[in-house]
Amino acid sequence: MASDGARSAAVAGADAPAEGRVAARRLLTGAQAAAEAMRQIDPDVVPVYPITPQTPIIEAFARHLAEGRVHGEMVHVESEHSAMSAAVGSALAGARTMTATASQGLAYMVEVLYLAASLRAPIVVAVGNRALSGPINIHGDHSDAMLARDSGAVQLFAENAQEAYDLMLCAPRLCEHPEVRLPALVGQDGFTISHSAEPVALLEDAEAQAFVGPYREEDALLDVDRPLTHGAFAMPDAYFEIKVEQAKALERAEGVWAETAAAYRRLSGRDVAAVEAYRLEGAGRVLVAMGSAAGTAKDVVDELRARGEDVGLLKIRLFRPFPRARIAALLSGATAVGVLDRALSPGGWPPLYAEVAATLAGQVRVQSFVAGLGGRDVGPEEIHALFAALGGAGGQESVYLGLGRGGWR
Amino acid sequence: MVEIRWHGRGGQGAKTASQLLALAQMRAGLEVQAFPEYGPERTGAPMRAYNRADRRPIRRHDGVTRPDVAVVLDDSLLGEEAVAAGLGPGGLLLVNTRLGEEAVRRATGHTGPVACLDADGMGRAHGARYANPVLVGALAAHLGDVPLEELLAAASELWGGRLSGQALAANQAAAAAGFAWAEGRRWAWAG
Repeated sequence: MASDGARSAAVAGADAPAEGRVAARRLLTGAQAAAEAMRQIDPDVVPVYPITPQTPIIEAFARHLAEGRVHGEMVHVESEHSAMSAAVGSALAGARTMTATASQGLAYMVEVLYLAASLRAPIVVAVGNRALSGPINIHGDHSDAMLARDSGAVQLFAENAQEAYDLMLCAPRLCEHPEVRLPALVGQDGFTISHSAEPVALLEDAEAQAFVGPYREEDALLDVDRPLTHGAFAMPDAYFEIKVEQAKALERAEGVWAETAAAYRRLSGRDVAAVEAYRLEGAGRVLVAMGSAAGTAKDVVDELRARGEDVGLLKIRLFRPFPRARIAALLSGATAVGVLDRALSPGGWPPLYAEVAATLAGQVRVQSFVAGLGGRDVGPEEIHALFAALGGAGGQESVYLGLGRGGWR
Repeated sequence: MVEIRWHGRGGQGAKTASQLLALAQMRAGLEVQAFPEYGPERTGAPMRAYNRADRRPIRRHDGVTRPDVAVVLDDSLLGEEAVAAGLGPGGLLLVNTRLGEEAVRRATGHTGPVACLDADGMGRAHGARYANPVLVGALAAHLGDVPLEELLAAASELWGGRLSGQALAANQAAAAAGFAWAEGRRWAWAG
C-alpha cells in the first residue's frame, strides 16, 4: 500500500502554495496540531497541571513523551500557579520551556505570568481559549485571554487547526528573540478549534527544528561563572523604568513577528502575519474579528460580495502587541467598522472594540458587537446580522448577537 | 458541502465514527471537519458528533444545524433525542436498529428517506465490537465520495497503532459490509 504521507501529499498538491514546498496533510484537532508543533520543537521542560481545565494538548504531548518522540522533562505540579512558577525558573535557567492551559487554569497562572513577563522569561503557553466561571462553563470564548491582557505577554489567536500549528511553531522564535524575550500565549478557540479535526499540513521535523533554532539564554540563572540576580525588588526609583522597558520590548515584538512571519511564509507558503486583510479592496463596511469566527465571517463576506455589497473582514492574529498602525492603514477606506468581541469588560467597552476604537479615534464610526460567550455558536446568522446592523445609525452600546438563541443546536 | 450529524451515547463511538469518515474523505481528496458536540462526556448519555466535507476549504466553524444525513447509533435515542431536527425532506435518516422503517418514522416524524440497518448484528457477524464501522461504511457508500479502499486505508491509519491486527481486520470487514449493504440501495441524494 502507498504510504499515507505520499497519498495525502498528492491531495494537498491540488492547491499547493506558489512558494514553499508541498507538505503532507494529517487529520488533527487544534489541540493535536499544537501538540505536533510542540513535538517538533521538543522543549526541554514542560511544567503542567494535567487535570481540569487542562487541554488535550498536554495529553497528546504526554503521549509523544511516553513513546519517545520527545526528550524533555514534563513536570507535574500541583496547580497552574506552580506550573507557571516552574516555567519561569526553568526558562531563566536556560531551558526552552512550554506549557498549556485554559480557562480557570490560565486565570490561576496570570499572577505569575506578570512575573514571567517582567523577568523576561520566553515561555510559550498554548491556550484553549475558554470562558471564565461563573457561572461554571467549560466552553469557548476569549474571557481567559482578556484576563491576561495586561500581563505583558505576547498574545496570538488562531482561526483554525492549521493556524494553531503554525502560530505555535513560530512563537518560540518571536518570544526568544533578543529584542523581545517575553512569554507568549498562543490561543485557539476552546472546543470549536481545540476539539475539531481538520486537515493540517505539517513541516518536516528537520525543517521545523531548523526554523525554530536552539534556545539561548544569555543571562542564565545557573551560570556560576557569571552570577546574576533575577527577580530583584524594585523600589519607586526603579520600578517605573523597568516596566516601561518591558512595555517597549512587547512593542518591538510586532516588528520581530513581521520578520518571523516572512521567514515562515518562505518556508511553508502560509501566512501568519499580525493581521489578515480579507476582501478589503473597496470595502466600506468592515468586520474586525479574532479566532474561529473569522473563518465563518469569510464565508459571509463572500456571500455578501456576490450580491454586490461592499463588505470586508480584518482578522487579528496578533492581539498583543496590538498592530495599531497597520490596522489604521488597512481601515482607512472603511465607512463603518464593526468589532466582534468574545469577551466582556463589564461596565466598559469590550477589549477588542476598545483597541480598535482607540486606534481609529475619529477616523470612522466603530460599532461594538459581542457574540459567542460561553460557547454560544457564532454562525453565519450572527455575522449577517452584524453587517446588516453596520449600515444603521450606530449606537453607544454593544450589540449582543445570538442572545436568547439558547439550547443545544 | 455535505453535513452529517451523528447521534449516539457516550462510549458508542460516534466521535470516532465522525473521525473515520473525515479521514477517509480527506484521503479521497476532500476538505473535511469532524467534531463532537461540546458537552460533558458521560458514558451512556446522549451525545452528538458532526462532519462537514466539501471540495473547497471549509472555513466556517459553527455548529451543524441542517444536516444532509443524520445517523443514529442507538435506537433507544429515537424517542429521546430530536434526531430528525433540521433534516430536510430530502435528508436521509440512517438508523442502527432492528425496527422497521415505519416504526422509525412514527418515532421521529421524519418524512424523508429512512434507512434501517442492524449494524450491531452486522458488526458482530464480522467480529467487530462496535456498530460504527458498519455505519461509516454505509454512509460512505451513500455519499459516494469515498472509494472503499480509501475507507479501509483510513481505518488502518486511525486504528493501526491502537487495535490488534485482528480487531482492525474485523472493523475493516464490518466497514466493507456496511459499504456493500448501502451500495445495493440508493436513496434520493441531491449531493
